[in-house]
Amino acid sequence: MSLTRLTAVEQADLLARKQVSSEELTQAHLDRIDEVDSHVHAFLAVSPDQALAEARSVDHDRATNQDLPPLAGVPIAVKDLLATKGIPTTAGSKILEGWIPVFDATVVRKVKQARMPILGKTNLDEFAMGSSTEFSAFGPTHNPWDLTRIPGGSGGGSAAAVAAFEAPLALGSDTGGSIRQPAAVTGTVGAKPTYGGVSRQGGVALASSLDQVGPAARTVLDAAYLHEAIAGWDPKDSTSLNEPPPAIVHAAKLGAQGDLTGMRIGVVTQLKGEGYEPGVLQRFEEALETLRGLGASIEEVDCPSFDYSFAAYCLIMASEASSNVARFEGIRHGLRVGEDEPGATAMTMMSATRAAGFGPEVKRRVILGTYALSAGYYDAYYGSAQKVRTLIQRDFAAAWEQTDALVTPATPFTAFPLGEKVENPLAMYLCDLATIPSNLAGIPGMSLPSGLVDGLPAGIQVLAPVRRDEVMYRVAAALEAALTAQWGSPLWANAPDILRQSGKEDAR
Amino acid sequence: MTALPMDFDLAIERFDPVFGIETHVELNTRTKLLCPCPTTFGAPPNTQTCPACLGLPGAMPVLNAAAVESAIRLGLALGSRIPSVSPFARKHYFYPDLAKDYQITQNVNPICIGGHLDVELDDGEVVRVEIDHAHMEEDAAKNTHIGGTAGRIHGADYTLVDYNRSGMPLIEIVTCPVEGTGARVAEVARAYVAALRELVLALDISDARMEQGSMRADVNLSLREKVAVDQDKVPYGKRSETKNVNSLRAIERAARSEVCRQAGLLAAGEPVVQETRHWHEDIDATTPGRSKEHAEDYRYFPEPDLVPIVPDPAWIEELRRGLPELPAARRRRLAREWGLSDREIRDAVNAGALELIDATVKAGATAAAARKWWMGELARVANERGVGLEELAITANDVAELAALVADGQLTDKLARQALAGTLAGEGSPAAVAAARGLAVVSDDSALLAAIDEALVAMPDVAEKVRGGKVQAIGAIVGAVMKATRGQADAAKVRELIASRLGV
Repeated sequence: MSLTRLTAVEQADLLARKQVSSEELTQAHLDRIDEVDSHVHAFLAVSPDQALAEARSVDHDRATNQDLPPLAGVPIAVKDLLATKGIPTTAGSKILEGWIPVFDATVVRKVKQARMPILGKTNLDEFAMGSSTEFSAFGPTHNPWDLTRIPGGSGGGSAAAVAAFEAPLALGSDTGGSIRQPAAVTGTVGAKPTYGGVSRQGGVALASSLDQVGPAARTVLDAAYLHEAIAGWDPKDSTSLNEPPPAIVHAAKLGAQGDLTGMRIGVVTQLKGEGYEPGVLQRFEEALETLRGLGASIEEVDCPSFDYSFAAYCLIMASEASSNVARFEGIRHGLRVGEDEPGATAMTMMSATRAAGFGPEVKRRVILGTYALSAGYYDAYYGSAQKVRTLIQRDFAAAWEQTDALVTPATPFTAFPLGEKVENPLAMYLCDLATIPSNLAGIPGMSLPSGLVDGLPAGIQVLAPVRRDEVMYRVAAALEAALTAQWGSPLWANAPDILRQSGKEDAR
Repeated sequence: MTALPMDFDLAIERFDPVFGIETHVELNTRTKLLCPCPTTFGAPPNTQTCPACLGLPGAMPVLNAAAVESAIRLGLALGSRIPSVSPFARKHYFYPDLAKDYQITQNVNPICIGGHLDVELDDGEVVRVEIDHAHMEEDAAKNTHIGGTAGRIHGADYTLVDYNRSGMPLIEIVTCPVEGTGARVAEVARAYVAALRELVLALDISDARMEQGSMRADVNLSLREKVAVDQDKVPYGKRSETKNVNSLRAIERAARSEVCRQAGLLAAGEPVVQETRHWHEDIDATTPGRSKEHAEDYRYFPEPDLVPIVPDPAWIEELRRGLPELPAARRRRLAREWGLSDREIRDAVNAGALELIDATVKAGATAAAARKWWMGELARVANERGVGLEELAITANDVAELAALVADGQLTDKLARQALAGTLAGEGSPAAVAAARGLAVVSDDSALLAAIDEALVAMPDVAEKVRGGKVQAIGAIVGAVMKATRGQADAAKVRELIASRLGV
């Protein structure tokens, strides 16, 4: 079996037993990228030289029996929203084209400390604004399960890279579902940690009060290892939690033993009815049965304020986004347009740069956010949205009175064809219906495969209380083990061959 | 077309001025407000920057605790309320000197709410200025416009931006409107900024150098019709905001100038435009800047990259206990200890001599001697040179040394002034100058008596007059003796010795 089809934990095990070198392993992934990425377009940039240099360095240290972290030598892909020192970082935008960061995002630094070779930077919707990667200024990513369909977004590149065996692990960021929704539609695993559990420093901000960096992987345990490697307090991020991260890997291993006896799992009434595809709901109901079979009790919980979460999210996200992207105006970095026009001033140059550099979705959100923050509208929009946010947090708090974890379908529908929703922003935003409330409340959430609907992956989401990420991992690992046993193999093992798909396409 | 300014006294007869002052004080913390960059003044452009203060994508702010401490100490000294939760906010506008195109500042529940500053005028009258609030914020970068006219952006060929100043820690102190100052409006405005500066220096939270921009005051001023009763019920007029007036003297002159300009407009039936104005020292007038008729929409919202300041009440109490003696109380104490009148203390304050006198007393001089030298000879020299006392090349220790030489009778006042001149000329401490120049009181009686006998021989007729009872004639002999000893004798002693020699 090809090295690239192994899980990250299996790869780490082979490395530890010196049955394979990191150089071989990294090269295998680089070869896989060469082989399929022209069809998938998960990567915006590949960095073979740096990756192989780090791989050889790990191999050297292992050969001389030095202590190495658990994932040392296992390669990784990084969402192009995260600053990488010396490697261009575009955030999927033309306006940042050519910008080479002078510093590493804290999570990138931690990945380097974990001695993981970085394969390259993955595609995303511009500034993470989108649910399909179609708003990337550099062209969309294709879903490895069906190349004519979206891979989810904004982190479609990271999810597709993992699903297409181009990387065993990837870093993503999640503002309203950008890790979890791509995981759901690509049959992979993605987790959004508790807000503050992982440093945001060095991530190009979309909505600072909602953004959280997290892992993309093919298994819950793989995600847990990466999560643990990047978690923890960062003095450079004032909103990061100054406390030891929860024992996530331990919880995932415990969960995989398949016993959830006594665990109270809630199902949110508001996150499963209208707007959800029947097939997705059916996989979800079956997963609930499986959870019962593992000893968990299932009860329905009512979260009435969730009906307003989508509206509140749109206002808060757009408001913060309009502020965060203000700095892209051509003065200090990236694109500069119109400075040589007759009569040009700093102001006209900034306007021209933003007009030329931003894509339609960024402009839409900047206009919406600017409006929502305007004097006279602030209370009605941003102010009201913050109140809804408080109500949503209260709904969650009430839910935790009677449950230990919540489950929902991760997305309302499976991967849709590229181009289908690109002209319909509201329909696009609905992709994140089930994932948004956890961003508003700051709680952890993760998506794992629940099965196939008409040959396309669907996902189930597990939510846990703030700072209790380990509960989420335990439930997810137990469910994953049981479902894998039912299917006879992991879902992703049965993904259609990419080259054969592309051959079909070419034949058309 | 535009009305001429009105005479100040006439303006005050017809109109009632109201003013408010916003003062930016740059805190003297070692690092910037939201990043670890150093704050050293005068470093080469763009050498004290990092991803955060350059606004690079992904960089995040981290609050400097020392700046918060300074802000809270100022609030405690002003009698402000320190809120239990004090958040930061983003203020948005596009400008090349604003690295993120928003400024991190405070609007709701700033770190100091309310408070007051009692301002003593030159004649001793005390005016209480109410403080609206003080908030913390980061400074913008510094633009230098090249080409065109006089450093203005309009017509400039290009602009250089120095981000060393980006993110420098500021506290902005905003007064409530100050009413009822009438003809003293400009004096009160100046005295307020002076008192605030004194307070900031006493707290040691800023260098407060107005000429370097580490303390900058904007003067808001408006006029309203003067009425016989219920003046406070007349609504305020349209105000101008005169920016960055960079000396105490300029505050007073700018306020006066605005009173005259606005009165001229109003008297001619022309409107006062709500706008920022720039003060020009050379023409003694303000010129228009940005119109503020249509208030810019800054789209404030809570800064999500920072958690609000939640100061521990115990910490606040600790800071309160650690406050230094505040300037007004200190002045009262020093007046008492030094035995000076209110007037004398005020003169010393106005001359900028209080700290110097205090330091001289601490170095061992009596208060009377310290005051005498700083307010006398040294003030004269400083005035002559057009510099401040603190700029003279002499230390409090030097002055104390000088006072000791006089007190011990080693130098007369006249010799002491010569020693002082030597010190000011860089010749060393007063004692060193005295030694080098051979300045010393001739106190050896035998040497003096020899000189006296010589003088008596040379002036027998004068000696005879004195013996005959014309005692005032003794002055001529004293003069001769002083001349003979090159002024190094104590004249009183000489007089005494001559008298005993002549038996009168």
